[in-house]
Amino acid sequence: MSPHLIGYNDLAIAALLVLLNAALTWMLDLGLSRTILIAGVRAVVQLLLVGLVLKTVFALASPVLIAAIALVMFTMASYEISSRQERRFAGAWGYGIGAGTTMLATLLVTAFALIGTLRSDPWYAPQVLIPLLGIILGNVMNGVSVSLNALSTAIMRERPAIEARLALGTDRYTALKPLQRSALRSGMIPIINQMSAAGVITLPGMMTGQILAGLDPLEAAKYQILLLFLLSGGAGLGALAAIYVAVWRITDVRDRLRLDRLAQR
Amino acid sequence: MLEGHALRRLHLGPIDFALRPGECVSLAGKSGAGKSVLLRMLADLDPHQGDALLDGAACSGMPAPKWRRMVTYVAAESGWWDERVGTHFSPGTDFPTLLPAVGISAEAWAWPVARLSTGERQRLALLRALNPENRVLLLDEPTSGLDAENTGRVEALLHGRLSTGTAILLVTHDPEQARRMASRHFEVRDGQLVEETP
Repeated sequence: MSPHLIGYNDLAIAALLVLLNAALTWMLDLGLSRTILIAGVRAVVQLLLVGLVLKTVFALASPVLIAAIALVMFTMASYEISSRQERRFAGAWGYGIGAGTTMLATLLVTAFALIGTLRSDPWYAPQVLIPLLGIILGNVMNGVSVSLNALSTAIMRERPAIEARLALGTDRYTALKPLQRSALRSGMIPIINQMSAAGVITLPGMMTGQILAGLDPLEAAKYQILLLFLLSGGAGLGALAAIYVAVWRITDVRDRLRLDRLAQR
Repeated sequence: MLEGHALRRLHLGPIDFALRPGECVSLAGKSGAGKSVLLRMLADLDPHQGDALLDGAACSGMPAPKWRRMVTYVAAESGWWDERVGTHFSPGTDFPTLLPAVGISAEAWAWPVARLSTGERQRLALLRALNPENRVLLLDEPTSGLDAENTGRVEALLHGRLSTGTAILLVTHDPEQARRMASRHFEVRDGQLVEETP
């Protein structure tokens, strides 16, 4: 089955909706028209650029180039994670915990998918590897950044309670367990919702795209299921690793709470 | 029984210091002088230099939780990690005897923590720290904000612990309380522990 292709004139017609939106907010003086237009232009430029880059990468299929792209993706994701933390760790840890655990979970799950299910040939075939890495990385990034942020803000808020438990002779892991549990829950809820709502409340974007492009709906559904499993695995693994490393770092071997290891504001 | 050797943290120390069994020592000083810093060092709750010994056994030589069950710090600001009062105490706690002894309703163990007044929290935080294991209590203003009657109850409770050999290091701003409770009086001044002679 050949994919149903759309032309630039189709895009232009769809763009009328954005223009209409901008015009309406301008007429009603809601002060959003400029923002809407800029966002629309950004989407066009960014996506076409990525399309062009990927086209080149796919054509060249060079392992070095693929690795370089993966590295850029990891760097951006790590930066996003650390910039989304209200209280981040001081020094290299501020960047390192998010970066390390994200990379670990993403690589594990991607490798698992490539070896276990998708079996592309060669294994680094960019048509499979790059989109897969991208979508897994995005979800791991969300899981890690939400969990880490939830954990550090909870620790700041619950400091007297944690220290009371430590002073009474509770070890650090027991004292921080309830906070770990709720931080992990915050990080996992989006992907859990996505799985349980899939198909009933919304058709996932990827599946919608595949069906519109002409793929058999059942085949598209199978792809979506595979992806959801990979994403929940990645997000869960990343969030889990991140909060364990964070708890280990924000306490010490003498079972003390070390808030001095968070960056000063 | 409890000895501190060359304890040093931030602007405080080096401090050498000893407590005998059944002895209460009072600690005064301006706020910010380092009274809590000293108590937290003795409980090993912050990184510090020097070491503390309990009957010759070094703090650094045993797991910190074990040390803190014997040398127990009760902060001025109490912390609560569960919704109900009762779950903060060890199982088998004798609430009907314990709670009225400090002027709190015997049913308070079933209350949500949010219902407690500041003074009730303070007294309950002290109660929950008491266990058969503790040899030294490090108390940071345990009766600040309590009325005379409840202060008296808390002091009676502490006298009871002293008579069984527990030692107490008591931070207090009240010279009268220091006289009632303690046999020796210290002040934290310019980063040092200074004994006050009457």
